Amino acid sequence: MHRRLFSAFIVLLCLVLAGCGGEQEAGSEANEVESVGSDDENATDLTFWTFQGLHVEFYEEAVKSWNEANPDRPLNVQLEVFPYDEMHNNLLLALQSGVGAPDIVDIEINRFPNFLQGEIQLEPLNDMIEPVQDQFVQSRLDVYAADGQYYGAPTHVGATVAFYNTSIMEEAGVSPDDIETWDDYVEVGKVVKEKTGIPMTAVFTTGFWSFYPMLNQKGSDFFDAEHNVILDNDDNIEVLQFIHDMVYEHEIAEIAPGGRHDAEEFFAYMNGGGAASLIMPSWYASRFVEHMPDQSGHFEIRPMPRWEPDGFRSAGMGGTGTAVTNQSEHIDLAKEFLAHAKLTEEANIKIWTILGFDPPRHDVWDAPELREENRFTEYFGDGFFDMMLDLKDEIHPLNITPQTPLARDLIETNVLHNVLREQSQTPAEALQEAADELRNQQ
Amino acid sequence: MERMKSLFYSQKMAPYIFVLPFVVLFAGFYLYPVISTVIMSFQVILPGQTAFVGLQNYQKLLNPTFFTAFWNTTVYTFWTIVILIPLPLLLAVILNSPIMKYRTFFRAAIFVPALTSTIVAGVIFRLLFAESDTAFANSVISFFGFEPIAWRQHAGTLMFLMVGLAAWRWMGVNLIYFLAGLQNIPKEMYEAAEIDGANAFDKFRHITIPFLKPVSIYVLTITLFAGYKMFEEAYVFWEVNSPGNIGLTLVGYLYKEGFQYNQLGYGSAIGVTVLIIVGILGFLQLKVLGVFQKKEGN
Repeated sequence: MHRRLFSAFIVLLCLVLAGCGGEQEAGSEANEVESVGSDDENATDLTFWTFQGLHVEFYEEAVKSWNEANPDRPLNVQLEVFPYDEMHNNLLLALQSGVGAPDIVDIEINRFPNFLQGEIQLEPLNDMIEPVQDQFVQSRLDVYAADGQYYGAPTHVGATVAFYNTSIMEEAGVSPDDIETWDDYVEVGKVVKEKTGIPMTAVFTTGFWSFYPMLNQKGSDFFDAEHNVILDNDDNIEVLQFIHDMVYEHEIAEIAPGGRHDAEEFFAYMNGGGAASLIMPSWYASRFVEHMPDQSGHFEIRPMPRWEPDGFRSAGMGGTGTAVTNQSEHIDLAKEFLAHAKLTEEANIKIWTILGFDPPRHDVWDAPELREENRFTEYFGDGFFDMMLDLKDEIHPLNITPQTPLARDLIETNVLHNVLREQSQTPAEALQEAADELRNQQ
Repeated sequence: MERMKSLFYSQKMAPYIFVLPFVVLFAGFYLYPVISTVIMSFQVILPGQTAFVGLQNYQKLLNPTFFTAFWNTTVYTFWTIVILIPLPLLLAVILNSPIMKYRTFFRAAIFVPALTSTIVAGVIFRLLFAESDTAFANSVISFFGFEPIAWRQHAGTLMFLMVGLAAWRWMGVNLIYFLAGLQNIPKEMYEAAEIDGANAFDKFRHITIPFLKPVSIYVLTITLFAGYKMFEEAYVFWEVNSPGNIGLTLVGYLYKEGFQYNQLGYGSAIGVTVLIIVGILGFLQLKVLGVFQKKEGN
C-alpha cells in the first residue's frame, strides 16, 4: 500500500516539476510606459500598445496635437512599448480571451493575418479611411483588409530602394548613376570588388528582405491573389538563383554577418563600410541613422535596379497597421484619434519628419516640409522625396494571406540558409520544398 | 460557533486545513490548465469559432519540423545530463574537502550565475560569441591559429552555446544539491573505511557514490525535465526561427505554432505530447534506477 502511494506521489511530483521549475522571464511588463495627454480630469483614458520604441515620439506628438485641436474632448493616452513577439502574443491572447486588450494597437504586417481569422476582434476603419482613400497608396490599405473592411491604418509605403555607399564607389571609380538594371549592378559590383576588395552587397540568410522585394519587383509573390501558393514559380527561382550567383559566381556579394538586417553584427559590419550597397525598404533609413552613425554622409538612396528595361524599380515592403480593438470602451473616440494620428495630411508629414518613413498618403509627397532638413537628409543628402515621387507607380501590390507568417518563416529558416549559406539545395529544390509544405497545410 | 471551533480543533480536520492552500493553488494553477490544455488539443481555436476536430492536431504532429524539434531537445538534454551531473559532483567533492582553500569563495562564485536571468546571460553570450573576427571567442581562437567561426549559424556550435549557457547557469545549483548530500554522509563511515585501509578513490567509489544516489536521482530527474522544457536558452540566440531550425526546441515549436501562427489547438497538442514524452522518460528513468523497488532490509 505504502509503495503504491509512494509511486503515485513520485508521478505527481514529476508532473508538477515538469510543469513548473525554472523561472519564467517572459512577464507581461512593458519595457517602457509613457503617459501623455491632458491633465484635465475629464480626459478620456486610452491605452496604446506598440512593439517599436521609435514610434512612441510620433504618437506623443499626435496626442498633443489632438488635445490642442479638440479641447472639448481631451485625451490621456498610455503608450506602452513591448518587445515584438511579446506584444503580438499578448494581443492574440487578449483578443482570444476577450479581456486585457488595449484600445489601439500597432500590428506588424506579417502578424496581421493572425488577427483576421475567426470572428475579427478589430474594428473596421472604413468610415475613417473612405473619405481620404483616394489620397492613399491603395496597396498599403489592402494589406490590412479582409472582405472589403479595412482594419489597419498604414504607417508607410516601405518602398524598397538601393542604399549606395558613394565613398566606396568613388574609390572604385564608379557611380550609382551607372546602374540602371540588375545586370549593370553586377558589372559595377565586379569593378568595386576588383578595385577596393569590398563586396558590392551583403545577402541575408535568415532575413527575407532583398529576396522578397526583388521578386515582388518582377510582379511575383509567395501567393497569388486567390491565396494559392506560387512560391516555387519560375520568377522566384530566377531571383534566388541571381542572389546565389552574386555570391558564388560573380563573387560580388557576401553572406551578411549575423544573417539578418537587424543583427548587431550586421550593424557593425555596415557601419565599418563592409559593403558598397544594400537593397532594403526605405524604412531601413532609420536604422542607418540610429545604428550606423559612422557612415553619415557616405550613403545615397536610389531606386532599385530594374529587371527589364521597362520593369518596376521598387517594391512596397513591411509595414505596421494600427488598429482599434473591439474591447475598447471608447471605440468611436479611438477611431477618430487614430484617423487624426495617421490619416491626415499633417500626420503623414510627421511620418517623415519624426520617423523618416515614406508616408502612405501620396498627396503630401510634394509638401515643402518633406524637403526641409532633418537628421535623415543630413545622413543621406537631399532629394529622397523627389525620387519617391517617381517610384509611386512602380510598386506591385502584395498578397498577404493567413499563411504569410509561415511562408516567411520557411524562407528565413530553410530556403535562404540552405541555398545561400550551406548550398545544400538548389533554389528550385528549396523553394519547391517550402511551397509543398505551405500547400500541405492549406 | 461551537461547531466551527470544534471543527478547527479537530485532530482529523487539521491536516486538511493545512494542505488546503496548496490544493487550491494546485487545482487552480496546474490542474485546471492541464485539463483545459488537453481539451484544447482536440480543438481548433479562433475567436468566436472554436470547434472540436478530433485527432487532427495530433495527426499534424507527424511532420519533419516536430521531429527536428524533438531531436534538438533530446540532444540538448543528453548533453546537459552528461555535463551537469558528473561535473558538479566532482566540484562538490573538491569544495567539500577540508584541504581545499577559499572554499566559501569558490562555492559562491560557482553559484552566482544561477542568480542571473537567462535572457541577460544569453545576450552576453551572444556578444561574446558574435560572428565578427573581433568578438571575444573568435579573437581567442584566432590567437591559437583557428579560423573565426559563425557560432550561431551551425548546428554543432549552436548546441555548444546552448549547453554552455545552461551549464554555466546551473552548475552552481546542482553543486549545492551535491554539497548538501555530501554533508549528510556520516564521518564515521570514512573513518571506518580508513581503518580498513581504503584509499581516497575507494572511499569515493564505495561510500560517497552510494550515499549520493538519492540526490543524484533527484538531480537527474530535474535535469531531464529542465532539458525537455528548455526554451529560453534557445530563444536568446535565435528567438524562434533559426537557420535550418537548428535552435528549435519542443517548447519553442509549441510557442511558434500556438502564438506566432495563432494555432492554439495545435500548440496544446504539442504541449500534451511533451508532457507524455517527459512522463514516460521520467518513469523509465526512475524504474531503471530502482526508485520504485522496495528497499532491502527495511
